[in-house]
Amino acid sequence: MSNSPAMTEFPPPQILTYPASSAPVLIAQGAEGRLYKTTYLLPDQPCALKYRPSKPYRHPILDARLTRARILAEARVLQRCRREGVPVPAVYATNEKAGWLMMEWVDGAPVRQRINEWLGARPDTEAAQVEAQSADQTPLISLMQRIGSAIGRLHRTGVVHGDLTTSNMILQRPKEHQHNGHTGEGAMEKGKALEGHVVLIDFGLATQSSSEEDRAVDLYVLERAFGSTHPRAEELFEQVLQSYKETFKQAPAVLRKLEDVRMRGRKRSMLG
Amino acid sequence: MTLETLTLELLPPTWRVHAAFFKGVVNSEFLQEQLLGRNAEFEYAFIDASAIVSRQQVLSALFNVAVVAETGGLQTPNVHSEVVCSLSPGKNIAEAYRRWGITPGTTKDIIILKILTLEPKSECPTADDVWTHLRKHVDGRPVPLTDDEIDGSTDWAKVRKYYKLNGAPALEGIQDDAGRKKEAETLIITSMALRGL
Repeated sequence: MSNSPAMTEFPPPQILTYPASSAPVLIAQGAEGRLYKTTYLLPDQPCALKYRPSKPYRHPILDARLTRARILAEARVLQRCRREGVPVPAVYATNEKAGWLMMEWVDGAPVRQRINEWLGARPDTEAAQVEAQSADQTPLISLMQRIGSAIGRLHRTGVVHGDLTTSNMILQRPKEHQHNGHTGEGAMEKGKALEGHVVLIDFGLATQSSSEEDRAVDLYVLERAFGSTHPRAEELFEQVLQSYKETFKQAPAVLRKLEDVRMRGRKRSMLG
Repeated sequence: MTLETLTLELLPPTWRVHAAFFKGVVNSEFLQEQLLGRNAEFEYAFIDASAIVSRQQVLSALFNVAVVAETGGLQTPNVHSEVVCSLSPGKNIAEAYRRWGITPGTTKDIIILKILTLEPKSECPTADDVWTHLRKHVDGRPVPLTDDEIDGSTDWAKVRKYYKLNGAPALEGIQDDAGRKKEAETLIITSMALRGL
């Protein structure tokens, strides 16, 4: 562990230096924080540890205050969502002084990856593509609907995500497939590739808000991200909005607002 | 012998934790007096099992104390009282003692944790010492600390009130009992992690 470059170059929080059945793995490194995969209480219980290291260029008191505020804000949002039945990871532990938040590990792959695998498996020639167009899109449409309904439930709870993309949604592996992953190959696998719960992750930019504007911006950001990462599935985005409307009573007003946001872009004010 | 030595992921290497579970304890008044009198021989976390739903919840509380100890800043006199407090979703220490600690007369089933830090190696009591002491002073029937045993002690009305689970939409949507219990446990652990912050 100590000779892996990721571990020595950026020291992990102290807790990750304590004994565990498996060494922590650095999963992702963002501008604000790092995500480690480690274990919670028991060797067979994986968890995610989000660490916000202190920034040497900030005044120590300000730094501690910002870190604390951000860790706690994220934890509170997750708690609220979980209680309301929005599919998000559970919070296991927090240490706002050390700058970390420990969460449930969601077993699966980002929706972005799953959609691209699905689309990529399609034939490439023009003729074959036309044929594929008429092929069964039911699994993809069903996934779009699950995404829309997850966002509907999130907004109903009074939370906006702030960074909705298909990378911030995990398609959770259905429980019964978790242990025998290699039973059915080919058509069977393809038919099930888009199955599973959609779990929303990374609430680092989330805020508690019930404003139509904020909600519309959430949808707009996803729409734009979706169009650029999955251009071949862009026309299916309508399914997301449709099921959003079915899940969330105040959706019509948000969707009207979305029209405005599309016209002018994400920023209402010219600041920031 | 039903004293267990717990091994937990990411626990400080200097910690050694023993756990026991006694049912039908008749001398809870005596035990509480020792705590109130700060009797050093009775440095244990005594947890009222009626407000506990699972072994995982107990381990969570223990882990949270290790986490707080990591950066310093215990809210209570020692790690043992801190375990009782860390079961609470709120900040009120007196309330936490009342709800998760021993209440003379009403507390029958008690989960006991003993946290030893191995710094002064010579003075550290062994598991046998701890068990002998508990057997001598806790007048009840020792059982293993399992979910099945805890299940028989849980007072769900109390638990739902303490962790504000009544009317939680996340629980109403679940049909099967085992699934609902698991999700309740998850919500409880999440509240403990936030401890009213």
